[in-house]
Amino acid sequence: MASGRVATAAEGLRAYGLIAVMWIRSTMTYRFSFAMTLVSNLVVNFFDFVVILLMFGHVRGLGGFAFGEVAFLYGTTSTAFGLADLAMGQVGKVGRRVRDGTLDTFLVRPAPVLAQVAADRFALRRLGRLAQGLLVLVWSLVVLEGVEWTVAKAAMVPLMTVTGALIFGSLMTAGAAFQFWAQDGAEVANSFTYGGNTLLQYPPSIFAGELVRGVVYVVPLAFVNWVPALYVLGREAPAGLPPWAAFASPLVAAGCVALAGLAWRVGIRSYRSTGS
Amino acid sequence: MTAMEPDFIDLDGVEKVFEVRRRVGLLRRERRRVRAVDGLTFRVARGEMVGYIGPNGAGKSTTVKMLTGILTPSGGRLRVAGIDPARERTRLARRIGVVFGQRTTLWWDLPLRDSYRLMHRMYRIPDARFRENLDRCVELLDLGALLEVPVRQLSLGQRMRGDIAAALLHDPDVLYLDEPTIGLDVVSKAKVRGFLRDLNAEQGTTVLLTTHDLTDIEQLCKRVMVIDHGRLVYDGTLSGLREAGAATRTLVVDLEREVPPIEVAGARVVRVEGTRQWLAFPASASAAPLVAEVAGAYPLVDLSVREPDIEAVIARMYAERRPVR
Repeated sequence: MASGRVATAAEGLRAYGLIAVMWIRSTMTYRFSFAMTLVSNLVVNFFDFVVILLMFGHVRGLGGFAFGEVAFLYGTTSTAFGLADLAMGQVGKVGRRVRDGTLDTFLVRPAPVLAQVAADRFALRRLGRLAQGLLVLVWSLVVLEGVEWTVAKAAMVPLMTVTGALIFGSLMTAGAAFQFWAQDGAEVANSFTYGGNTLLQYPPSIFAGELVRGVVYVVPLAFVNWVPALYVLGREAPAGLPPWAAFASPLVAAGCVALAGLAWRVGIRSYRSTGS
Repeated sequence: MTAMEPDFIDLDGVEKVFEVRRRVGLLRRERRRVRAVDGLTFRVARGEMVGYIGPNGAGKSTTVKMLTGILTPSGGRLRVAGIDPARERTRLARRIGVVFGQRTTLWWDLPLRDSYRLMHRMYRIPDARFRENLDRCVELLDLGALLEVPVRQLSLGQRMRGDIAAALLHDPDVLYLDEPTIGLDVVSKAKVRGFLRDLNAEQGTTVLLTTHDLTDIEQLCKRVMVIDHGRLVYDGTLSGLREAGAATRTLVVDLEREVPPIEVAGARVVRVEGTRQWLAFPASASAAPLVAEVAGAYPLVDLSVREPDIEAVIARMYAERRPVR
């Protein structure tokens, strides 16, 4: 059973790679158009970035956080979200495929359906969002003051972007699985992913305690950046978590991936038994 | 081809029950169970070409979806090439080709060639085999000028040919065609039919064809299965289907002048329109003595014989079956 899972995952990654490469190559044939979209995406994201800079220029801090610290929160969650959106953003379109019946064509191909859905219309222009997140993150590391860097803290920064991406990706997948029953459920899923990303750009101290507890214990978004980032910043973990909770984020991410995989399988099974 | 495999496709009491939820009033919902496929049992031997017909909603598509592993049966046993489609969908996928007439399996925004290249890798088709198959399809389906065109710019007939090629690049043992000639012009239809006939004859590919166009069946399939209300109501030859429907042929005669309805033995007039009359006679009887008799007694100018209309035959079969249920 376990080796079967590994084989399926390997097949899925291979199919994902094949499909993604095909889409990249096809966009590259229209080089000018690709360059234009990439440039316009970068410009839009750059102006986003300028807005943030302007905001930080006027506000000394937010909820007791210095502006370097807020930038760090913004950069970490944006990078994680950008990674997840690049790799898995398309799964949210599955509801449309269920409605118009085109999911059937994925089911007659010898590759995992999730990989085919996720890699569909793979677009490098989504790198724009990721680039912006990375830019803010690097900039925040430059302006951060008073952080006593250790090896563990330094390692935590790249680790949290990866685990954060896994948590966001899991939410996207679970939300997509939900669309097998509620075909218009895309908005609900988006409120968790896009909404979660926006929430995590700000320090937890500005939100109500219930909301923070929900984000920690119910939908474990806090493990994307709040919990590990506050550890890096040398601050107390949110919602009464112990300090070592930061190191639990890979475990939380693994749990999310497992649950999302389960939800997806249940969704596919339901589709195959009802055909709609 | 390998030795006879009479149960290459094997269905035994296969059922598919859908639960349909219907809104009743403002909040209440009513659940209703619909039997789309109801105890279906049949076998298809390797290398056969079978027509699978029936009215809309009879369960044709549901059957094909179960045979391809898209849908899981609610009951019964189903095997294709010894594989249970519901349990081993991806393993089966390498051995079957599917063409949905109404929607494409190609990547809509990409040129045909890109779709084929992806199939090549995804199905792990050996390079030499892929090139050979692609060259053959390109030649026989006349795809040469279309390879660089994005699928969305192709006409329906061009797209269908592209889809059929895509379904065959990995040398499938079974090909399912769901309405492969729907909406095609006469030339495209002829091309597609000719290709399928050769494919079945030369490669020994087993073909299951669902269609509304009975000419497809007449020109391609020795065996026909008719499904209605999820059950098999006929399984046999096309000529047998005509007899089963108690079919009649029609003799159309043009006369020099208007006369009262012709009276001859073994036929009856079903329609009169000016100097033209339509005479129905049993499909099993010969037309020659009838023609001689009419020509001897009436001022005959011209005549033609019309074969029974299969659609009418099937419609009659359904009509006869319905009270039984």
